[in-house]
Parts: sequence; structure tokens; C-alpha cells
Amino acid sequence: MPKEWVTREGESLSLTGEWTLEHYAKLKKALTGYANERDLQVSLEAFDRLDTAGAALIVDLVGVERAQAINDWAGHLPEAQQALIKRIAEAMEGSLTPDTATPNRLTLMLASIGEHMEGLWHQQRQLLGFVGLVLATLVPVMIAPRRWRLTATVAHIQQSGLNAVPIVILLTFMVGAVVAFLGATVLEDFGATVYTIDLVAFSFLREFGVLLAAILLAGRTASAFTAQLGAMKSNEEIDALKAFGLDPIELLVLPRVMAMLVSLPLLAFVGMLSGLVGGAMVATLSLDISLGQFMNTLQKDVSVTHFLVGLAKAPIFAFVIAVIGCLEGFKVAGSAQSVGAHTTSSVVQSIFMVILIDALAALFFMEMGW
Amino acid sequence: MSGRDDSRDSTESVIEVRGLVNRFGDHVVHDGLDLTLAKGEILGVVGGSGTGKSVLLRSIVGLKRPSQGDIEVLGTNLSTLDDAERSRVDRRFGVLFQQGALFSSLNLQENVALPLIEHAGLARDDAEYLARIKLSLVGLSPEAALQSPESLSGGMIKRAALARALALDPDILFLDEPTAGLDPIGAAAFDQLIKTLRDALGFSVFLVTHDLDTLNAACDRVAVLSQKRVLVADTLDKVARTDDEWVQEYFNGPRGRAAASSSDRE
Repeated sequence: MPKEWVTREGESLSLTGEWTLEHYAKLKKALTGYANERDLQVSLEAFDRLDTAGAALIVDLVGVERAQAINDWAGHLPEAQQALIKRIAEAMEGSLTPDTATPNRLTLMLASIGEHMEGLWHQQRQLLGFVGLVLATLVPVMIAPRRWRLTATVAHIQQSGLNAVPIVILLTFMVGAVVAFLGATVLEDFGATVYTIDLVAFSFLREFGVLLAAILLAGRTASAFTAQLGAMKSNEEIDALKAFGLDPIELLVLPRVMAMLVSLPLLAFVGMLSGLVGGAMVATLSLDISLGQFMNTLQKDVSVTHFLVGLAKAPIFAFVIAVIGCLEGFKVAGSAQSVGAHTTSSVVQSIFMVILIDALAALFFMEMGW
Repeated sequence: MSGRDDSRDSTESVIEVRGLVNRFGDHVVHDGLDLTLAKGEILGVVGGSGTGKSVLLRSIVGLKRPSQGDIEVLGTNLSTLDDAERSRVDRRFGVLFQQGALFSSLNLQENVALPLIEHAGLARDDAEYLARIKLSLVGLSPEAALQSPESLSGGMIKRAALARALALDPDILFLDEPTAGLDPIGAAAFDQLIKTLRDALGFSVFLVTHDLDTLNAACDRVAVLSQKRVLVADTLDKVARTDDEWVQEYFNGPRGRAAASSSDRE
């Protein structure tokens, strides 16, 4: 392999050897310093091999105009190599550096903050608008049973509700056991171990049952809705529906919202039961509280109001999760990357909204004395 | 890297496919297919839907392992190579996928620079400089070089994908329906672009297409896939005279005649 690419004799520079991509770095180094000497005589000896990378270096060295007139001063080169250098020179005519103004870092930061704030505001407005749209479509559909899409709704109930039962049971059961343990440890110091039952019952009926189910569905179902609708959007299926004069809200969003409105309360109920069972197991196995005592206390101390308060939140959570999942799906634009970004956003948003609403509801119920 | 020899010897072959068999379950796509791609030529591969044009391309490029048969590329038999050698051969291929297959998380310049950085070990600045030259070579401005693939039109995606396929100065360029989805003006410009680049860079082209105008304008030879093998592979005139129902229907049907007469007028 020839190592001598560039030889200098006085005012003339002769190039030879392999001018290819694999030697690019070395070739570039060999040429440093010569680029500024415009009156240098460059002569091209025979090249063993020449590719676009090598040709680009040569054009850089001699300048675009001389390279385009290559036939006049390097006619001895094979025609294909002359053609290559000429074509590359054509490509390198004009500026190759895009003009990008690099703005001040501080302004960039401020602009980014502003952009995010505006985006947040815009997002909330969009969400409210979409909620209105869904409700406005929901009402006329509700009073016309012919327009109910039972098959789609039932399919979504199966996917988002029935298939989620095992994971909801497992999760709430374990959290129930943990709450019972934790309560027992603290209450033992006051000799009030028996109140563990109240602790588990209150927390699961009012909060944990519905909250855990909602968070699970936010992760499991909101993401699925976004990905489904997002794929449809990027495949132009949603445009196709619109072109037929069909309403994508009625066809795609309502079955999902209805399915969630059915699934989440049921799952919340399942979660409450399973959490209580978890607490009962810990109570009987390690706290010397018999099952009979557990049931007795449950019946005597815990009114049904707590159960209703907990369950009342479920439809609200369900609606919010389904609407956010669908809205993010509709926002997908173009690529697969966008589907991913919006799926993430839908999960984060729906979990955030669930917890926010839950906090507000807790305040409200407390003030009402329910 | 590419041996950019000056003699474009038409007898020297860069791809030689012998007795290729491809099966999907019971469904036989290719049965004893033979095909040769000569150095420096543009070979158009045509055939009805489902005759396995893309499968043939994928077999040669190495994305699908053939059920049987030999594929010899640049003098080496692909089935005998281990992974490292295989990767060295792959570097001499440039593939333009039907949808462009640009990496959506990178802008155009980074798309083209990626193989330069990964395979040729160039510094990022050098790679991006060469990438902009390649993009300019296919007619994309340096401003377009900073755009991401999703903001581009179909024609620009095809051009950018071509620039990426050319990144490592391949010896063989595979094009899968390069003009599908382009308007006639864009498609004609693309045909012309491939021809000029072939003349300047001297690669061979394996071109799968449905486009009769492309066959007329750009291809040196045409191979017809039919009945699970290559029915005929020759210049367009000779292929069009082949006595076969599908070939006659294809080249001498209304669209075939229109394409032929428009190229005569030029």
C-alpha cells in the first residue's frame, strides 16, 4: 500500500496513491497547511484508487473552479476519475455550511421556559376542549341506543377491564398487607393494635382501592389508547374516517370512554375487596385478630359512606384517563417517534391528573364531613 | 473500499446468483433462479406482484437467508462467510429501501454521516462535511441537511436515502422501487440522477421497479422475474420481443407502449 500521498518539490505539489475514504483522516492531515497557498502548483499523478471522499479533498485543495476545468490540466487521468472530480466539484459549488445563527444561551433558556409554559397552557386548553367535544358527542349518542357501539365497547371492556383484574388483585392485596403491617407496628405502642382493621378499611374504601386501580389503568390503558389511535393517525385511518363523513370521536373515542366508565368502578371494587383480604390475612396470621373479629369490626365501625365516597371518584378518574389517552393519540403527527412521545405524555398526564383530582376530592369530602 | 477501476468491463460480474431457491413454508417464491449483475451496469428487475422481486433483493443483501443456492458477490460466496467478513461485504452495498427508511431520530446530515462515523471511523466534523457533499450531490441544499426526515416530501426522502446509500461509496447500489410515489417530473429527475452518478462514481445498480419509464430511461439491461425464476435478462428491446404472455402484456400493453414511444421521442 503506497504511503506517500503528497510530495512537495518547491512550488509544486504532486498527489498520488490511494485517495479513498479509509485514508481520509491521514490524507486530510497530509494536506494541512497547503490549502492556503493558492499559487501552489498542484499536479495529479495517477491515482490507484479514488472515491468521493478523496475527490472532495482534492476539490477543497485546488478550489471549485480549477476542479471543474480538470480536463485542461489533468487530462492524463482516466476519464472516470476526471468525471468524478468534476461531479464532486459541481456538488461543492456554493456554500455547504447552512447558516444557523447561534443565539445567546440566556435567551435560549428563557425562550425554552416560555415555550414550555405556553405548551402547558395550550395542552390544558386542548384537554378542556376535547372533554367538551366528547361530552357533546356523548349526549346525543346516549339517547339513541341505535348508535351505541356495543361490540367495540365490550371488546374494550375486556381489554382494559377484565384483563387487568389479576394485576389489580395482586397489587392491592400486597398493599393491603403492607398497610396492615405498618399500622400494627405503630398502633402497638398505644396498645391499639385492633385499630389496624379500621386503618385498612378506611384507607382502602376511601382511597387506595380506587386510586391504585386508576393508576394501573392510567399506565396500562391510557398508553394503549394513545398507541392505538396514534398508529391510526399516522396511517391516515382517522382521515379516512373523516373523509367518509364519519365522526372519529363517536367511532373511536366513545367506545373507549364507555369501556373505561364501566371497567374502572368494577376494578376499584375488586381492588377494595382484595386490599381488605390482604389486611385480613396479616391480621389473622400475625396480629392475633380473628377473622370473625375483623368482620365484626368492619361491620360495626365502618359505614357504607366510605365505600360510596371511594367509588364515586372512579367514573371521574375513568373519564379523565380515557380522554387523555385518546387526545394524545389524536395529537400524534407523522413518525413512530411521535407515537412514543405522546404515549409517554399520556401516561404522565393521566397519573398526574388522577392524583390531583384525588387530592382535591379528599379535601372536598373532608369539608363536607362525608 | 471500492475499486474504482477505469475500465468498465461489461463482462466482469459483481453479483452472480445461481440456483437460488426461496421458500416460505410450502410457498415457493424462487425455484432455481439464476441472475448476473455486470460491473457498472444498471439492471432493472421487473415482475408481477408477488413474483419475489423484493425477496430476491433481500436475499442478495443478506436480510433473508436463501433456502438453497449460491449467491456470489464481488467474487465471494456469501453463504461461506462468518459475521465479520459478512459485515465487510455489506459495507460495499448501498441499499435504498422503498420507504426511504431514514432514521427518524436523526436529521439528514446525521443520517448520511452515521455509516461514515461507524464504519470509516471519521471524526464527526469530517463525516458531516462529507455528508453535506453527498446531499448536495443528490441535489439537497445544506439547509435541508439539518431537517428531520418527517418534515420532508417523498421526493426529498428518496434523495436523502440515496445519499445515505452512497455514503460509503458502494460498489453495488440496490434500489427498491426508487420512483414509486414520486410525481413524473421527480421520477424522471431521479432516473437521470442515478445515471449521472453511475457514470461519475462507477457503481453497479440493482434496481427493482414497476416503472416502465425508469426501465426505458435508466436501465442497461432488464431482468423479468416470472414462474419462480428469471425468465429473460437482456436489453429492453430484446426482452420486449420475448414470447411470453406476461412480458407482452407488460411491455406492449397501453402503458408500456406509451412509455416506449415517449422515450423514442426524446
